Amino acid sequence: MATTAQLKSSPWNRRWRWFTNHLASVLAVGSTVLVIAPLVAIFADLVYKGASSLNWNFFTKVPAPVGELGGGMANAIVGSAVLLGIASAMGVPVGIAAGIYLAEYGRGTKLSTLVRFTADVLNGVPSIVMGIAAYALIVAPEKSFSAFAGGVALGIMMIPTVARTTEEMLLMVPHSIREAALGLGVPTWRSMLSITLKTALPGVITGCMLAFARVAGETAPLLFTAFGNGFVSTALNQPIEALPLQIYVYALSPYDEWHRLAWAGSLVLIVLIVVSVALVRYVTSRGVLKGAS
Amino acid sequence: MILCAISIFAIVALIATELVTHSEISLHKFGWKFFVGSAWNPVTNKFGALPFIYGTIVSSLVALALAVPLAVGVAVFLTEMCPRALRGMLSFVTELLAAIPSVVYGLWAIFVLVPLLRNYVDPVFIKLLGWTGLFTRPDFGIGMFAAGVILAIMILPIISSLTREVMSAVPHTQREAVLALGATRWEMIRMGVLRNARIGIVGSIILGLGRALGETMAVAMVIGSSPTISKSLLAPAATMASVIANEFAEAADDTYRSALIEIGLALFLVTIVVNILARLLVWAVTRGAPARTA
Repeated sequence: MATTAQLKSSPWNRRWRWFTNHLASVLAVGSTVLVIAPLVAIFADLVYKGASSLNWNFFTKVPAPVGELGGGMANAIVGSAVLLGIASAMGVPVGIAAGIYLAEYGRGTKLSTLVRFTADVLNGVPSIVMGIAAYALIVAPEKSFSAFAGGVALGIMMIPTVARTTEEMLLMVPHSIREAALGLGVPTWRSMLSITLKTALPGVITGCMLAFARVAGETAPLLFTAFGNGFVSTALNQPIEALPLQIYVYALSPYDEWHRLAWAGSLVLIVLIVVSVALVRYVTSRGVLKGAS
Repeated sequence: MILCAISIFAIVALIATELVTHSEISLHKFGWKFFVGSAWNPVTNKFGALPFIYGTIVSSLVALALAVPLAVGVAVFLTEMCPRALRGMLSFVTELLAAIPSVVYGLWAIFVLVPLLRNYVDPVFIKLLGWTGLFTRPDFGIGMFAAGVILAIMILPIISSLTREVMSAVPHTQREAVLALGATRWEMIRMGVLRNARIGIVGSIILGLGRALGETMAVAMVIGSSPTISKSLLAPAATMASVIANEFAEAADDTYRSALIEIGLALFLVTIVVNILARLLVWAVTRGAPARTA
C-alpha cells in the first residue's frame, strides 16, 4: 500500500500526481485507438478490394487459367462446404456430449476439472500441428491427400471449442429449473435433454456456429491433408480445395487477377465470422436464455 | 457423455504418439543435435532446427514487446475508464480481431502492412536504431520485423481480453479502499488493481506467447522463409511453424519429412507446456483466490 510519503500533499507532489494520472488516461485511450486502427484498416481494405469482385461468377465458376480474366472460386466454396460438413459431423456431437458431461454429470469432480483443463490446452495447440497429426494418421497410411483427412483435422479442432461453449451455456440455465424437473420425479437424463439442453439450445447452437466459423478460416491444417484441387470435387478420398487454402495460394501468386479473388474470398470468410460472433454475443448478453425460464 | 469427455485425453495422446512415430527417422539420426545444428540442407540430408527455433523465439518476443503494453492499456481503459455504452462495442471489436482467420491477416499484411513498413516505418528505425545492428539494410519489407508486427496484432486481443478478465476479478473493496485514502484514479489502478492482478496478467501474456509460437499462416506469408540466423530484424527468416507450412508438401524424402514432423513435435510439446503454465496462472487469480494486499 501507499506510504504517507507518496500521498503527502506538497504543491509539487500534487502537480506530479495530477500529471501521471492524466498521462495514464491518455496512454490507455491512445493504446485503445492504436488497437482499433488495424481492425478498421483490415475491414476497410477487405470491403474496398473484395466487394468489387464479389459477383455471381465468383460463386459459380472455377478459377480461370493464368492470364485470363474472370473465373471464381466455386471449387473452393464446394470444397469448404464438404470439409466443414465432415468436421461438424465429428466435432459437434462429441463436443456437445463432452460439454454436457462437464456441466451436468461431472460438475465439481476431479475428472471434469482435468477434462476442462485439457480442452483448454488442446485449444492452444497450433493448428499446423493438427495438420501434421492428421497427415500422419490418415494421409501417410493411405498414401493420398484426401478431403476426409482435412475434415478430421478440422473436426478435432472443433471439439474443445464446442465443449467449452456448451458447458458455459448449460451453466447459465438457472438451477431452479433443474430442481423443478427433478422434483417432479423426472429422471436425470430426461431433465437434462428436455429441460436443461432445450433451454440452452440457442446458446449451444450459436456456440457451434462460432466453432464452425473459426475452423472455416483455418488454413494450416489443410495444407497437407486436403491439399487443394483446381476443380469442383466432392469425393472424400480425393484432394479437395478450400476457401482459406485458395486465398493463401492466390495471395502469394504474382497475378493481379488472383489477388482480386483472394480479397473477395477473404471478405466472404469475414462476413461468416462477423455474423457468428455477433450472434453469440446477442444470445449471451440479451438474456435469450433467461427468457425461457 | 463421459466417453466423449475422455476422448479429449485420447486426442492429445493420439497426436503425441503419431508425431513421435512419424519423426522416428529424424529422432534416431540426429538425436539432440537436431536442436543445436544450424544446417538445413535437404540436398545433403543434413537437418538442424536452430534457425527455426531462433526465428520462433525472436518473432514472438518482438510481438510481445509490441503487444503487451498496448494490451494492458486497452484492458485498463475498458475496465476502469470506459463509459458503459462504449465498453460493449469495444469488447466486441476486440473479439472480432481474435476471430479473423490467420490467412486473412496474412493477405492484409502482404498487400498493406509490408509496403507500409517498407516505405515509412523501417527507414525511421534504420536511421534511429541502425547503430544497434538490429535494423540494417537490405530491407525488403518482408522479414522478422513484419512477422513480429502482424503477430502482435493477432495476439493483442487474447492478452487484452484475459487481462480484462483478471482485472475485473479484483474485488471492488480493493479499489474503494485505495480511493478512500485519497488516491487519484491512476494510483488506484496501479496500487489497487494491477498489483492484485499481476499474476493473472503474466498468465495472459504467456498465453499470448503460446499463440504467437504456433501461429503459422500469417507468419509464413510475410517472414520471407529463409533458414538463416541474422542479427538484423529486417532480414528474412523462418519460424518452426512457417517452415513446416512452406516445405512439408515438397518434402519427398523420408528423412526430410521426418525432420519436419520432429519440428512439429517440438512445437506441440512447447505450446502444451506454455499453455499449462498460463492456464494455471490465470486460474490462480480468477478462481476466487483472495486478493493479496502487497
